[in-house]
Amino acid sequence: MTAGLERLKKGKRLASLAGYLGRGISWLRQHQDGIKALFFGTRSSYGLVFTVLLYALLVAIGFVYLYPLLFMLVTSLKSPADLLNPMVQWVPTELYTGNYVKALRVLSYQRTLLSSILVSVAPSIVQAAVCSLVGYGLARYRFWGKRLLFALILATFIIPPQNTVIPQMLTYRRLGLLGNILCLVLPASMGQGFRSAIFILIFYQTFLSLPRVLEEAARLDGASDPMVFLRIAVPAAVPSYIVSFIFSVVWYWNETYLTVTFLEGGIQTLPMQLSRFVQAYENLYPPGMVNIFDRINEAVKLSGTFLNILPLLVMYLLLQKWFVESVERTGIAGE
Amino acid sequence: MSPRRASRLPRVTHRAREALYGYLFVIIWVVGFALFTLAPLAQTFVYSMHHVIVEATGITMQPAGWKNYTRALFTDPTFVQLLIEYAVETLASVPIVLIFSMLIALFLNLKFRLRGVFRTIFFLPVVITSGPVIKELVAQGATTVPQIAQSTMLVEFVEQLPTYLQSPVRYLLTSFILILWFSGVQILIYLASLQKIDRSIYEAAAIDGASAWEAFWKITLPSLSTTNVVVAVYTIITLSHFSENKVVRYIYSQTYVIQGGIGYASAMSFLYFSVLALILLIVYLVLQSRARKVSA
Repeated sequence: MTAGLERLKKGKRLASLAGYLGRGISWLRQHQDGIKALFFGTRSSYGLVFTVLLYALLVAIGFVYLYPLLFMLVTSLKSPADLLNPMVQWVPTELYTGNYVKALRVLSYQRTLLSSILVSVAPSIVQAAVCSLVGYGLARYRFWGKRLLFALILATFIIPPQNTVIPQMLTYRRLGLLGNILCLVLPASMGQGFRSAIFILIFYQTFLSLPRVLEEAARLDGASDPMVFLRIAVPAAVPSYIVSFIFSVVWYWNETYLTVTFLEGGIQTLPMQLSRFVQAYENLYPPGMVNIFDRINEAVKLSGTFLNILPLLVMYLLLQKWFVESVERTGIAGE
Repeated sequence: MSPRRASRLPRVTHRAREALYGYLFVIIWVVGFALFTLAPLAQTFVYSMHHVIVEATGITMQPAGWKNYTRALFTDPTFVQLLIEYAVETLASVPIVLIFSMLIALFLNLKFRLRGVFRTIFFLPVVITSGPVIKELVAQGATTVPQIAQSTMLVEFVEQLPTYLQSPVRYLLTSFILILWFSGVQILIYLASLQKIDRSIYEAAAIDGASAWEAFWKITLPSLSTTNVVVAVYTIITLSHFSENKVVRYIYSQTYVIQGGIGYASAMSFLYFSVLALILLIVYLVLQSRARKVSA
């Protein structure tokens, strides 16, 4: 009796379940297109599956880029006790600024920061100016040997610095210029600075894409060629100047091979000082003289590293728009 | 006034005048090239054929023929080893950078929320990638994913591979993040090229019933074939000129050694240069033949 009732109930339940399912399926059929669109997208939107995948991938890759920075920042804020404590991974127990105090001293931050700014800004200004001149000549005038010139410009990009640096260094030494900013400004002033080839190609692309009409009109009005360049081409190419300058600053800032070879003993830049961080640290805090907590550790080293990239990071965040947007506009691709 | 001027400069045609101004604009580069690239390059070659001894008063050179080169290639066990490692690692990195930066550029070319934030993150490496910083980060283990590189499964897997594949695979596993860090500018280059592709081609393809997948293979990829070459060349050069590159560091360390010194370092620089040129040539030919196949 009870068993029969149970079976009846079960059957009813099953039937109603089937009913729900049936209704569900018919609802799905009715809205088939809409659901498909929600998950897999239509011509105008990407769909849920794709969007989720996209964000997941972007976040994952973004993490790969941010991980070293986060690691650096967190570790540099750890006190010596936190460093030794295996329980402390990502959240230090206190905000310890001692590492930065030491790193600032070891890097002699104020002085090296100023010289780093000088070493990257001065050649960059010169480089942008000269490269625009060359790029304009290549883009606007027909003359014999242009293909050869392009090949040579590409060659300057390919030739490793090791193949040209030593004779230059010896020449500067003979002239008594070693350690002087001129060692970097002179080559840049003749289009042979660090990665000048890229900037020439950027300006070549820029001037090629600017309309000639204005320049021809000015020429008809009697303007000379240098005048046309200065008054019409240069103002129209301002975004390219800014992009070139920014990239040039970044690359000169991060360059160490040339700066070490040419400036050693003279100007001391931040990356140069960072590359001898341990040595400088032990000069200031001799390992035998200071207590164990003041010995060099990775937290101090990483705060030095962070101080090294901090100025560029600030510049990047401030000028972000120029990095990304005008690169697209100026066609850095340079085919 | 004007007839007199014409008589003074009789045969200056429009074409010649144009060429003259063209040369005026580029002459500074030509002079610079001769002074700061060609002359030092030739001088370095001369050094590489000599024993160079640096003294306080100046330098003295004794002719050495090709001895510096034979020493680098046949006597020095480190140099050839480093050179081979460099070549293998560079060739292994290029496809990864290419595919990765293209993928990121394709993503960033889409329209979605927070695009600006992701862009900011993805171009960070452009700003940060400098020798000492990378060196410090590598030394502190911030550029590897230790759990992945050391997992027993992967170690076993690498050991099963043929010997010639082992070292590149191990390199890729340990420095994967580092390789991605060299993709910043490449993403920019791809992004710029992607934005140059005419939207109307995609619209026409969509009307003809092409899916986004087909449009990528039939329109986007062929349009990027020139860009691939640019990006590959840029990647190879950046990796090869990087101041923490093993070969570069070895050459630098040998420059100031009494035994050999500048002469030996110069010979190694030229050998390095030729390997670099060879790698460029190989990658160029591969990409070029692929580009032809795609367009055919």
